[in-house]
Amino acid sequence: MPDMQQIINFIITIGIPVVVLLSFILANAMYLQLMERKVLAHMQSRLGPMRTGWHGLLQPVADAVKFMFKEDIIPAKADKWVFSLAPLIFLVMAFGAFVAIPFGPDTVIFGRTVHLWVSNLNIGVLYIVALAGIGTYGVIMAGWASNNKYSLMGGFRSAAQMISYEIPMAFAIVTVALMAGSLNLTEIVQAQSQKWFIIVFPVGPVAFFLYLIAGVAETNRAPFDLPEAESELVAGYFTEYSGIRFGIFYMAEYMNMMIVSLLASIMFLGGWMPVQIFPKLLGGIPPISWINTALAAIPPTLWLLAKLYFFIFFYMWIRATLPRYRYDQLMTIAWKILLPISLGTLLVAAFMKQAGWM
Amino acid sequence: MINQLIFAYFAAVIVVSAVLVITRKNPVHSVMFMLLLFFHIAGVFVLLNAEFLAAVQLIVYAGAILILFLFVVILLSVERESQAARANRFWPWLAGFGLIIAGEIALLVLRGSFPGEGKMAVQVAGAGVRDLGVVLYSKFLVPFEISSVILLVGLIGAVMLAKKKTNE
Amino acid sequence: MTDDGYSLTSSIYGEKMSLTNATEKEIVQKEMTINMGPQHPATHGVLRLVVDLQGETVVGIDPRPGYLHRGIEKWMESRTYHQIIPITDRLEYITCMNNNLGWVVAVEKLAGIVVPERAQFIRMLMAELTRLSGHLVWLGTHALDIGAMTVCMYTLRERELILDLTETVTGARQTVSYVRIGGLRNDVPRDFLDKCREFTEIFPKKLEDYDTLIRQNRIWLKRTKGIGKFSAEDAINYGLTGATLRGSGVNYDLRKVEPYAAYDKVEFDVPLGTEGDVYARYIVRINEMRQSVRIIKQCLDMLPEGPIMTADPRYAVPDKATVMTNMEALAHQFVLMSKWVNMPKGEVYVATEAPKGELGFFIVSDGSGRPYRVKIRAPSFVHVGALPKMVTGHMVSDVIACIGTIDIVLGECDR
Repeated sequence: MPDMQQIINFIITIGIPVVVLLSFILANAMYLQLMERKVLAHMQSRLGPMRTGWHGLLQPVADAVKFMFKEDIIPAKADKWVFSLAPLIFLVMAFGAFVAIPFGPDTVIFGRTVHLWVSNLNIGVLYIVALAGIGTYGVIMAGWASNNKYSLMGGFRSAAQMISYEIPMAFAIVTVALMAGSLNLTEIVQAQSQKWFIIVFPVGPVAFFLYLIAGVAETNRAPFDLPEAESELVAGYFTEYSGIRFGIFYMAEYMNMMIVSLLASIMFLGGWMPVQIFPKLLGGIPPISWINTALAAIPPTLWLLAKLYFFIFFYMWIRATLPRYRYDQLMTIAWKILLPISLGTLLVAAFMKQAGWM
Repeated sequence: MINQLIFAYFAAVIVVSAVLVITRKNPVHSVMFMLLLFFHIAGVFVLLNAEFLAAVQLIVYAGAILILFLFVVILLSVERESQAARANRFWPWLAGFGLIIAGEIALLVLRGSFPGEGKMAVQVAGAGVRDLGVVLYSKFLVPFEISSVILLVGLIGAVMLAKKKTNE
Repeated sequence: MTDDGYSLTSSIYGEKMSLTNATEKEIVQKEMTINMGPQHPATHGVLRLVVDLQGETVVGIDPRPGYLHRGIEKWMESRTYHQIIPITDRLEYITCMNNNLGWVVAVEKLAGIVVPERAQFIRMLMAELTRLSGHLVWLGTHALDIGAMTVCMYTLRERELILDLTETVTGARQTVSYVRIGGLRNDVPRDFLDKCREFTEIFPKKLEDYDTLIRQNRIWLKRTKGIGKFSAEDAINYGLTGATLRGSGVNYDLRKVEPYAAYDKVEFDVPLGTEGDVYARYIVRINEMRQSVRIIKQCLDMLPEGPIMTADPRYAVPDKATVMTNMEALAHQFVLMSKWVNMPKGEVYVATEAPKGELGFFIVSDGSGRPYRVKIRAPSFVHVGALPKMVTGHMVSDVIACIGTIDIVLGECDR
């Protein structure tokens, strides 16, 4: 019989963060979809959803209800088990990655010091990369189990794409790890307290650029949305899915977007560090110092969220702007352009680290 | 206590899924069970405080190698593979080999310790990324380089095979 | 057992496992056949393509049109020449005005009807407006297929302006049935010309917008350059027409070659491509839109006063006011509407330059008020035939790009 204190401790250290995180992710996954529709609509001189709630604010709720009550069809010739398991794998891997993400420094709430993470893993970045790799299974399994050639092609495209782009992405991450001297996300943020990694010349911007492109490809977003290119493969790997399983794929896609964006903010844009204008050069001069003080007064978590939404907006912006790549062009970019650049970046970063220039 | 329970769970799932990998008739299902297997092996690494190894286990084995397995397996005709014979006339020999290996493992376990470097590897793995890197690039530098050369050979061989086929 | 690797495998696993060998060989050669359509987001209606793939490369493609076959040609045999006009709306349902015009021009040639100048100019004006609307739909869907979704929304927004203009003149937005044999249904309303002039001011700017959205885009260039190539010779041999042909550098525009309406009275250029690929055809169509605006502007400036119906009393449908007050007009209208007048015997083929290409009507007349046989030369149908040559050897994504570039509408293709 464990004593009361232990149980309470467990609830406070694990239970509450998990519940808070879950509700945060779910609310985001629902409302990012609305955000995407709204952003796209306004970029395309439309209004987007307007009927459900004020400016469509209840649209995600309506969609969720619809997803849940739609008939959940499993094709007769589909592999039932794999078919049902695929969206779950995709979802669980997306959820799991959030565990390692720190949303801010230790904060005092109600007289208690609270960590704004669920688990502060020493290998936080690697953990997220590993889960992203497993997420690919969800896609291939969905594609294969549907017993539909479009799904299969979508699954293949997706797997090939994710594996290929994981490599430059991983090299960009390793570059960051080298700069920070750690794989721990909190330490990576702390290492940027003086200078964000994106402005560490020359490797920072290059690694950021690599990560950004690979991130778009990893999340199957336009212009790399070949696995679900609707004009070619109908809906790609989830062509045969309906009802809540389709909804799961839909939601998990936004979760993956969030993770990629969060990682980008944490690794390159200083995580929860506030924006400061010329802190070293002109930081002390009155008008600028006032602005800097005001910027620093904004809670760190809000800074992180602001950066997160900036990236998500950026992804939507790209989607509204660019046409889609062809499959072979996609592979060419990954293997012939991004990979050599990422290797070079890593080499330069290692050299700079060793020479003490960083 | 809790650790042992968790280990028991991991161990049990590992054994069961390993058996299922070779008994499933559908090759895709086999791969699925293998994924389960890798996950639980990663879990065992975590129990040993070897977080880095766990992550690498997932990234390399599950995230890269097994995906390629799955690629190949999906390309096979599942129906035909499912109907193919499960064993051929060599099966008693192969079973014999299996038994011998199992016996060796049992012997090692009964002796209660692994000889030499194995033990150290476990210690190092638990120590963290930095130490692992140091050991890999100092003490195990030669084996590390040799293994990368072997990988390179494999890579070139694969490219050669693929090239030959397209020329035909 | 040609390869050492194979024989090694089989010697270990015995005869049973030679199965692996067979499968492996098959994988190398096996083609995957996928059925694109008739319900597919990118086949522009109900085109069905049976595509043989090796990996992502297309090794064979077999278009199977016919899912929208409504027997229009047969149906035309049981309608009078006048009643056929609304049927032609259902051919190429995006640019109905051009179909009306094509049919009416053919009938007028059969009967030798002289159409007044004003009617000709209004016909040309409306036809060019509709051409713009057709090209806008093409641009939007083509870009959407290649993944640039915003372009589609923008083009549809401008198409709305055109449809509004069409509505002011004809009362309908798409299926207009506006042209009459010998003239027009009604004259343009008073405020139309101003509205139209306003449109010609706005539209070229908008056109530059779309063009800058994609013309310089590297992804767009990569997706369209060198895809679906057709040499000038091949294009002629395959019977391609319209912008699809002109993209290959063949200067053939029926508005120039065999002017109908008032095309011989206005100035315009025929834009030509050189490469004959998807990109060249894109440029040609964009430039065609610019030329269309030019024609519309000239029309507005040159529009003469006068009647809009032929003076020939046999074919002129009396206007409504006269029908209500005049006994003879009522009787004549009744005859025209119920059985039309007896047409001269003979055969006629007249082709006009529809937005998709050469739209031809071949009419066999037996002297009655109904055609004995009508054959429609639908550009979409001919263009679908060019698809296999265009796509084979390219990738799946290029199939989509090529379907977009030949600019087909299945209503016309299947008839």
